[in-house]
Amino acid sequence: MFKTIKSKTLFQKSLTIFLLAMTAVMFSSAAMSVQSLRGDRPLDSKSNKVSKHKVNTEEGGYDRNYKLQPPLIPHKIEKYRITLKGNGCLKCHSKKSHKKEKAPMVGKSHFIGRDGKETKTISKRRYFCNQCHAPQTKDSPLVENVYEGI
Amino acid sequence: MGLFSKEGTFKVLFFGFVMGVIFWGGFNTVLEMTNKEAFCISCHEMEDNVYQEYTDTIHYSNRTGVRATCPDCHVPKEWIHKIIRKIQASNELYHKLMGTIDTREKFESHRLELAKHEWARMESVNSRECRNCHDFESMDFDKQESRSSDRHEEAIDNGWSCIQCHKGIAHHLPEGYDPSDDSPSASEDEEKDE
Ligand code: HEC
Ligand code: HEC
Ligand code: HEC
Ligand code: HEC
Ligand code: HEC
Ligand code: HEC
Repeated sequence: MFKTIKSKTLFQKSLTIFLLAMTAVMFSSAAMSVQSLRGDRPLDSKSNKVSKHKVNTEEGGYDRNYKLQPPLIPHKIEKYRITLKGNGCLKCHSKKSHKKEKAPMVGKSHFIGRDGKETKTISKRRYFCNQCHAPQTKDSPLVENVYEGI
Repeated sequence: MGLFSKEGTFKVLFFGFVMGVIFWGGFNTVLEMTNKEAFCISCHEMEDNVYQEYTDTIHYSNRTGVRATCPDCHVPKEWIHKIIRKIQASNELYHKLMGTIDTREKFESHRLELAKHEWARMESVNSRECRNCHDFESMDFDKQESRSSDRHEEAIDNGWSCIQCHKGIAHHLPEGYDPSDDSPSASEDEEKDE
């Protein structure tokens, strides 16, 4: 009795092995090609560590690399809000207050309007400071930078 | 055994004493209860506006895990100052009933006024509530940015108070307040914005 079953299942057995092998290949190649942003890690395990990107404070400011470069911001900025109601950066960088706050005044170019005429208060084109100025973190660059300033 | 007999006097005094303890205890318990953040934000006027903004700031969550809650900044610690502030605060109840700031729009349009009250109060007590936690004496100026320590040295020399420079640290600043008009200075070398 045992023997008859065995001969019958020989075909079934090889088919199962074949199918198992196929699924294994499918899954392993799927895992290799599809990867989430958190890396090739199971959902219930911790993700890879990311570096912290702490904002750097550079006393005296960063050197500029070319003429008319918007200078990099040498201090933290998360406390200062720029909204329609007000601009926190102008607490220190405006014409009125920069001396008292011992901060550099915004560039002269920040008082030129769209029509090329000088404006009394800061030009609307220069209101959103972080459009052009950015703080820096201390991370090492992903790609070596060979640019030399002029 | 009249009221004015020796024993009667004793009873009255004793009764008075017991009631005193009960009221005093109850009073202080209420005082304690109304001095919690949960109480402050039980009014949506407080929770929807100022509280939401505060949760984004350093006094809500920071490197060292020390939190400053609403009463830490807004309610004096010493008993007598606390009572006075609580009595003033009954004004908030009135405005709650009147719905003075019960929408975001109403809140924003009243905000400058409310902030001015708070600034005036803090300035009048030399930012006492800030100084319950912070103190120039215990600041290590070498560890601060020079932006900070330069101004702090000036502040010590001139007797300026924290709130003169640190407005809007816990909530958004109100519309109509221009920070560049408001930095204290020792000399009068202000440059006018013609
Ligand atoms: C509390 C005052 C204060 C505030 C508010 C402030 N800054 Fe500054 N900022 C300074 C000071 C002081 C310096 C000079 C720092 C130094 O050189 O070490 C500076 C430097 C800079 C510089 C570099 C200028 C140069 O020539 O290198 C830029 C750009 C700048 N700030 C942009 C901003 C922006 C944008 C904001 C708002 C998000 C802002 N700052 C808010 C005080 C302030
Ligand atoms: C459209 C881009 C742009 C915007 C927006 C802008 N800046 Fe600038 N900023 C520049 C450029 C370019 C320079 C360098 C040339 C110059 O001095 O005008 C500069 C220079 C500066 C300097 C240094 C000036 C000096 O003389 O050393 C400061 C400080 C500054 N900006 C602050 C600000 C602040 C604060 C704001 C927001 C109110 C702002 N900037 C918005 C482009 C911009
Ligand atoms: C009954 C609801 C309610 C509760 C509870 C409440 N507030 Fe208010 N609060 C208000 C209203 C309404 C106003 C606006 C008052 C006005 O228009 O003058 C206000 C105004 C304020 C102001 C501005 C004060 C001024 O002088 O203009 C501060 C600061 C404040 N609340 C802090 C707190 C703190 C801290 C707590 C908790 C101890 C708290 N509130 C609990 C309803 C409340
Ligand atoms: C309950 C204690 C407490 C009270 C009250 C308090 N603070 Fe703070 N403050 C802190 C703590 C804690 C930090 C965060 C320290 C850290 O981790 O760097 C902080 C940070 C600050 C900072 C640094 C902000 C930054 O981004 O680096 C300033 C400015 C400040 N407080 C000003 C004030 C002022 C002004 C008042 C009064 C209106 C005040 N504090 C009331 C505990 C307090
Ligand atoms: C003359 C203005 C002025 C006064 C008065 C003043 N500060 Fe400051 N403080 C500053 C400036 C400017 C900074 C740096 C820029 C910023 O935080 O926006 C600063 C930064 C700070 C910091 C962060 C320090 C760092 O480098 O990380 C703390 C904390 C602080 N102040 C607390 C206080 C306290 C508490 C008082 C009152 C006892 C006070 N300040 C009074 C101007 C002032
Ligand atoms: C670190 C101190 C600090 C903490 C914590 C704090 N506040 Fe304030 N609050 C201030 C200061 C300073 C002002 C004055 C206006 C300004 O500078 O933003 C103010 C203003 C207000 C106002 C008037 C409206 C306005 O925006 O100016 C209300 C209402 C208020 N606070 C409620 C609260 C409540 C409710 C909490 C708790 C969720 C809280 N505050 C926590 C410091 C603080």
